[in-house]
Amino acid sequence: MEGKINTSAPIEYQSEQSKLNILGFWVFLAAEIILFATLFSVFGVLKDRTAGGPAGSEIFEIKDVIIQTLLLLTSSFTAGIVIFEMRRGNRRGLIIWLVITLLFGLGFLSMEINEFMHYYHEGATMQTSAFLSSLFVLLGTHGAHVTLGTGWAILIIIQLLTKGINPTTAGKMHIWSLYWHFLDVIWIFIFTFVYLAGVL
Amino acid sequence: MDIKWDQLLVSGDPLILGSQIAIVLTMVGVVAALSYFKKWKWLWNGWLTSVDHKRIGIMYIIMGVLMFFRGGVDGLMMKAQTAVPENTFLDAQHYNEVFTTHGVIMILFMAMPMLIGIMNIVIPLQIGARDVAFPQLNLLSFWLTFAGAMLFNVSFVIGGSPDAGWTSYFPLAGKEFTPGVGNNYYMIALQIAGIGTLMTGINFIVTILKMRTKGMTLMRMPMFTWTSLITSLIIVIAFPIFTVTLLLGMMDRLYGTHFFTVSGGGLDMLWSNLFWLWGHPEVYIVILPAFGIYSEIIATFTKKRLFGYGSMVISIVLISALSMLVWVHHFYTMGVGPAVNTVFSITTMMISIPTGVKMFNWLFTMRKGRIEFTAPMMWALAFIPTFLIGGVTGVMLAMAAADFQYHNTLFLVAHFHYTLIPGVVYAVFAALYYWWPKVFGFKLSEKIGKWHFWLFNIGFNLTFFPMFFLGLQGAVRRSYTYSEESGFQPLFLLSGVGALILAAGFAALCYNIYWSIRHAERTTANDPWGNARTLEWATATPVPHYNFATLPEVDSLDAYWEMKKNNKGFTLDKNQIKPIHMPGNSGLPAIMGGIFLVFGFFLVFEWHLLAAIVGIGIIAGLIMRSFESNDGYHVPVDEIVKHERTWRGESKWKAK
Repeated sequence: MEGKINTSAPIEYQSEQSKLNILGFWVFLAAEIILFATLFSVFGVLKDRTAGGPAGSEIFEIKDVIIQTLLLLTSSFTAGIVIFEMRRGNRRGLIIWLVITLLFGLGFLSMEINEFMHYYHEGATMQTSAFLSSLFVLLGTHGAHVTLGTGWAILIIIQLLTKGINPTTAGKMHIWSLYWHFLDVIWIFIFTFVYLAGVL
Repeated sequence: MDIKWDQLLVSGDPLILGSQIAIVLTMVGVVAALSYFKKWKWLWNGWLTSVDHKRIGIMYIIMGVLMFFRGGVDGLMMKAQTAVPENTFLDAQHYNEVFTTHGVIMILFMAMPMLIGIMNIVIPLQIGARDVAFPQLNLLSFWLTFAGAMLFNVSFVIGGSPDAGWTSYFPLAGKEFTPGVGNNYYMIALQIAGIGTLMTGINFIVTILKMRTKGMTLMRMPMFTWTSLITSLIIVIAFPIFTVTLLLGMMDRLYGTHFFTVSGGGLDMLWSNLFWLWGHPEVYIVILPAFGIYSEIIATFTKKRLFGYGSMVISIVLISALSMLVWVHHFYTMGVGPAVNTVFSITTMMISIPTGVKMFNWLFTMRKGRIEFTAPMMWALAFIPTFLIGGVTGVMLAMAAADFQYHNTLFLVAHFHYTLIPGVVYAVFAALYYWWPKVFGFKLSEKIGKWHFWLFNIGFNLTFFPMFFLGLQGAVRRSYTYSEESGFQPLFLLSGVGALILAAGFAALCYNIYWSIRHAERTTANDPWGNARTLEWATATPVPHYNFATLPEVDSLDAYWEMKKNNKGFTLDKNQIKPIHMPGNSGLPAIMGGIFLVFGFFLVFEWHLLAAIVGIGIIAGLIMRSFESNDGYHVPVDEIVKHERTWRGESKWKAK
């Protein structure tokens, strides 16, 4: 609220409003956990209801999924470097690592789109069976989050270029990184409970 | 995208035609009046774009009152239809639409906005803060709720209302059985409003956790703040489930997926489970703030500290935890087996324990107190026995074996009206009477208030008590008519008469508001009731936009009561006043609300191209918000000094 700046804290925690924003975002992430937990439960209930359509083991390409996983996990690591550079006050390094992070994210997204096209050509669409409905909606929701995160990061890059690293932009960057790591965690659950459990 | 223009407007029913004409006339009238009196600027700058939590709260309450009227008319139509057997006032389809919109509007667009409005007005004041943590998000929450409500309300004149009940059970609510757009409205309008509610939950959690004034530890928070915190917590836990549920329902209806369909491997009972995983906590979302309101009012008008503060806090935490573990009791008849039903039976009955603790605490607060029978206190007193009837019948329904007899009968309908009306509506009335002078600087008339109270109470009991017996005799809910041979007529008629008295009670409230605006005595005393206990009464009436000239310090529960008792911390030292930083207005939330409304409307009719174009507007709004730097403004010392001096008088004023 008040424009008080506490310079002893890490830069993203220096303004009062940023501190509130960060806590608010943690609460939002809690809501997101419930949202994904619900989608996972729905998937768990419907995963064997293939209604004559293909089962997961018939359509999953586990090699591609492992590459996707590596891309996203690496992007989480580079997102960590982004925050490291931000705290050092190195704007150039920050933006370079952020762009690298986004490239990994875009790689992940393009593979996911390919995966969806592949399913579509195999005749496995959202309308085929309850299993595929829940699969597409779970993956789609995660993918939509990654897309949103990418667009959001671009907005922050523009603000970093025009305004530099200050408590406000640093707060935004930090919140974005929480979001990005969170999507990674969700992906690990998808990888385990959707893909691995599907092919084993 | 094919637009069937001839099916767009609902036609062929004189009632609906009348409403269509009334809506157009009202809209023209409002626009004309605003233009004639040159009030557009006042409306836009002073209200629609204001981030002041008190004004947002008032807007929520106005919306709640309007929706109460709409939902109430639905209720009256149902009562008119069932007053005599084989009635043809409403046909089956129209009756289905009316009970669906009645339920949705009363819970989501009346009860929730009313309570969130009261929370908005009271919470920052009770914790000694100047606003909520995210003022602009708060305004966006309001506009999304409002957009959802408007989208839901246009359904009955454009395209047709949802007709599968407020629970919207599949497969009935699926496209196979209800091909019209009605249930699309349900899925999309509630989604938009739900996002707003989720944001409110987050906002109030952060506000209450981080913005309490110096010295206000968690266990020194007023009870209404406590219940609002727990309610916000349940919102954050339960609403995402509803978000997903509505999303999946929309996917089924719009894009042919198979979550809840009969074919393709879908599971219709999955909807019921997901719906009540949100739906049951939702009941506690609306009832917990009401418990907080009663706690404040009973302590104030008994002139005693709330009995068992600690046990009250533990009770609400337990209630919130148990609220997540009872959802199956809404469909014992699903037939999942005695073991599961037994577990949910027990968890359901367990809720009555913390609730009972709260009941006894209220009674013990009143014991040996000097009770003052003001309008708010009367509502609180009426709540206890009426809610008890709702609670006891709830325990009857909780017994799984017996529930097979009560399930989907009017017994159930009577039960939940006996919980929700005393539990929420009475609390909203009590809160309106109680905090009204704080917000507007005058009390609502006590005399008209008594008319309101007695008409409403008699009407309520007369409407709903007969329904217990009707239900036990086998009258089912949601049935548009019954035969003469059933013998239900006398009780149905009695219930219908009760509904008229109930409506007269609501009219008395509206008249009270009108009368009091014109004639009630104005006051600027900070504590118009004389016995207030919490911080919202420590500042001027009506509350200045900056809330507190200097933030109060607190060292006990009932901070303002202690201030009065010790005559401490109440005089203001002029030298301590500093410029106050306040958040600035924002037009973006109102615009976003409008965009969401249009976007939702296009989606309802599955005009995807148009929806996509408007969807770009939503993204544009998000981008604008990201780049916006709204630093707010400072209230100058002179203005504060002038205002504080006027209301305090010299005795509470120190000018060194």
